[in-house]
Amino acid sequence: MRPLIVIRHTPNIDFMRWHKLAFAFSLFLALLTAGLFFTQGLNYGIDFVGGTTIEARSLDGPADLAAMRSKLDALHIGQPSLQGFGPPTDVLIRIPRQPGGDAAQMQAVAKVRQALGSHIQYRSVEVVGPSVGSELVRAGTIATILAMVAIAIYVWFRFEWQFGVGAMISTLHDVVTTIGLFALLRLEFDLTTLAAILTVAGYSVNDTVVIYDRVREAMRKYRTMSLRELINLSLNETLSRTILTVSTVALAVIALLVFGGPVLRGFSIAMLWGVVIGTYSSLFIAAPVLYYVQPNRAAIGRSVDTPKAPRAQRTM
Amino acid sequence: MLYFANWKILLIVAACALGVLFSVPNLFSASLLDTLPSFVPHKQVSLGLDLRGGSYLLLKVDFAQAQHERLTSVIDTVREALRSADIGYTGLQVQGDEIVFTLRNTGQIDQARQALAKVDPDLNLTIAADGKANLAYNAAAAQTRRAQAVDQSIEIVRRRIDATGIKEPNITREGSDRIVVELPGVGDPEHIKTLIGKTAKLTFQLVDSGVSVEDARAGRLPPGDEILPGVSGRAGADQGAYVVHRRVIVGGGQLVDAQPTFEGNEPVVSFRFDSEGARRFGDATRENVGKQLAIVLDHKVISAPVIKEPILGGNGVITGSFTVQSASDLALLLRAGALPAPITILQERTVGPGLGADSIHAGVLACIVAVVLVVVFMVLFYGLFGIFADIALFFNLCLMIGALTLLGATLTLPGIAGIVLTLGMAVDANVLIYERIREEVRVGRTLLSALEAGFKRAFGTIFDSHLTTLVAGILMYWLGSGPVRGFAVTLSIGVLTSLFSAILVTRLLIVTWLRRTKPKAIPI
Repeated sequence: MRPLIVIRHTPNIDFMRWHKLAFAFSLFLALLTAGLFFTQGLNYGIDFVGGTTIEARSLDGPADLAAMRSKLDALHIGQPSLQGFGPPTDVLIRIPRQPGGDAAQMQAVAKVRQALGSHIQYRSVEVVGPSVGSELVRAGTIATILAMVAIAIYVWFRFEWQFGVGAMISTLHDVVTTIGLFALLRLEFDLTTLAAILTVAGYSVNDTVVIYDRVREAMRKYRTMSLRELINLSLNETLSRTILTVSTVALAVIALLVFGGPVLRGFSIAMLWGVVIGTYSSLFIAAPVLYYVQPNRAAIGRSVDTPKAPRAQRTM
Repeated sequence: MLYFANWKILLIVAACALGVLFSVPNLFSASLLDTLPSFVPHKQVSLGLDLRGGSYLLLKVDFAQAQHERLTSVIDTVREALRSADIGYTGLQVQGDEIVFTLRNTGQIDQARQALAKVDPDLNLTIAADGKANLAYNAAAAQTRRAQAVDQSIEIVRRRIDATGIKEPNITREGSDRIVVELPGVGDPEHIKTLIGKTAKLTFQLVDSGVSVEDARAGRLPPGDEILPGVSGRAGADQGAYVVHRRVIVGGGQLVDAQPTFEGNEPVVSFRFDSEGARRFGDATRENVGKQLAIVLDHKVISAPVIKEPILGGNGVITGSFTVQSASDLALLLRAGALPAPITILQERTVGPGLGADSIHAGVLACIVAVVLVVVFMVLFYGLFGIFADIALFFNLCLMIGALTLLGATLTLPGIAGIVLTLGMAVDANVLIYERIREEVRVGRTLLSALEAGFKRAFGTIFDSHLTTLVAGILMYWLGSGPVRGFAVTLSIGVLTSLFSAILVTRLLIVTWLRRTKPKAIPI
């Protein structure tokens, strides 16, 4: 049984021709993110800032948002927001963080439950006190930074430090622009988004490593080829793999986005963006960066093999 | 690569078989599983509260508060000791986590040391040359006490929850001073939260009838007395404050039983002391007939009945403006015991059974759609080899679920997302291998050597790329909480199983195919 679709020839695309444009574009995205981040900031979920989210379902037909709102307004618990959510019976209620520490959040929920009465089914209630929220912000930031440092160190050990720099820059790029997407679209940034961002970082490096592996191999094989040509060659040789892998991952993520339900929406959006931007950055950022940091080709040529995962280079 | 030792084949097949065996029970309902013979594995993957519905509470044991209260009670002893030794002092108070005061006469430093030596062996006394003194718990003692307080709190929280009849609660310690409470099937935890949030420290103290509340507030509070507010009644009316002697006649620790009951039409709580408590209670009531006895719960006076006659049997009732519910709650709390330190609830996550079922449905659907899409995609692009990759993917899924089941890991909705994502990423290894084989074929290698080179060359890359994902997964597990951890677990397990399935299972399939059909060319 033969495949139906085959890319018969290695393409010959001059990726390096586009790299300056790509750098400019990415710089623009990064600056845009920074601008959005520092002006309007992220739409943090209660995981990070504390507060309450309630998913309620009215048991007597469509939910009466106005009536519910007036009941909640009478409680004086800040500015609760109500919005329809899925079927007309469902309402998503957000209560901002209450002044007065962890216990105050819990009291607010008890009040809301009392005020809304018994003809409400609570599909989910999430209350996060401010002390946990600030811890999660810290842990999340540390995790993201550590992930990137760990990845850079790993790539540095497996390759040369120049490759580590390239991987770090492109991973940072992907993480930053994913945050930028959330700032731009005002999507809720919560713990699962953070998980998605860390996964994006992992995926992005994964993609970059595959290309770097090929660049290094080409450096050993074609000692006299110019670095620019060499990068182009490696990108072209791995292009079909790049496209196929991004496709399968994207297919899985789209399945999640469409069928995974509202809880996973933020996660899926972050992943989908991350997969696409991660592929772009491997092609147009990570690889061209090598052109500027100039790996030590003589050293790579000498080291036929790296100790960690021996490969059959000798057969060449 | 084309040679597989028989034992290797056996191992791979066995691993796949085990994966299927341990993942299959998850397809059946628990009741159906019970009808199967015992040699079939019955264990199913345990679902997180976000999937099965239930309530998750994160509690904090406020040890600092307990320590502060303890110091406040020690301060009386300190005052007494200094007075009886005729040592002048000023500014005796609790400041942060220590008691401070200043000696009037710096010549009395040694005397002060002597006088305070017996106050509490865990307290360290330091007196500076200028007479400034402080008493603080030594670090080791505070540490032990904190650990004890948390352990004890867990025990008492467990007793309180058990008393409500909730099934399979999971109560565990987290970090140094936190407790995680998981209550499967609980859709409305408000009542539990009220029960957990009460310290339930019960004391019986005599009311000091010699001074009015107004006088005491105005600064004429006799030493050894304290002003306690009354508890708000059923109607919400404040029943005023009381001046009571600090000395505790009997505490809740001496109770052996407490039950809600009725006195006339009014709900009350009846209690019974142990022999020691009964004796002390009997003595105190005998000596103070005609005086008011305050029943104090968590620093609030529930009621202060007049002692009409000595109560010698160790039995009594607590009256107060109870409702049936609040009387039964109080009885429950008294039976379970007082918390050694106040507890605050930091976080609640409750998912009703409806949403849980919807999430399972959505997760499974996403999983199926992802599998179908990826499977079709691989066949389109790689034909027969795509089918091999798909078979490997199937075993990967089984191994993942089997591993989750065996390890007793909890599957959450983000965990399902992790599985779906792994399915998309797992075939990357196959893509790398197959693309490599294609290249080797293009440079003119023979069938066998192309296959050989494809697997060998791709391995380093696959290893690298899986490891970076694993790094991200481990960091997430380490630093994440709740939903992130569930995701990290499945992602990490998925990385490991896909390393196995994509490389070894695919290779075994291809080798078997080579041996059986002896093909002339590679169909990719």
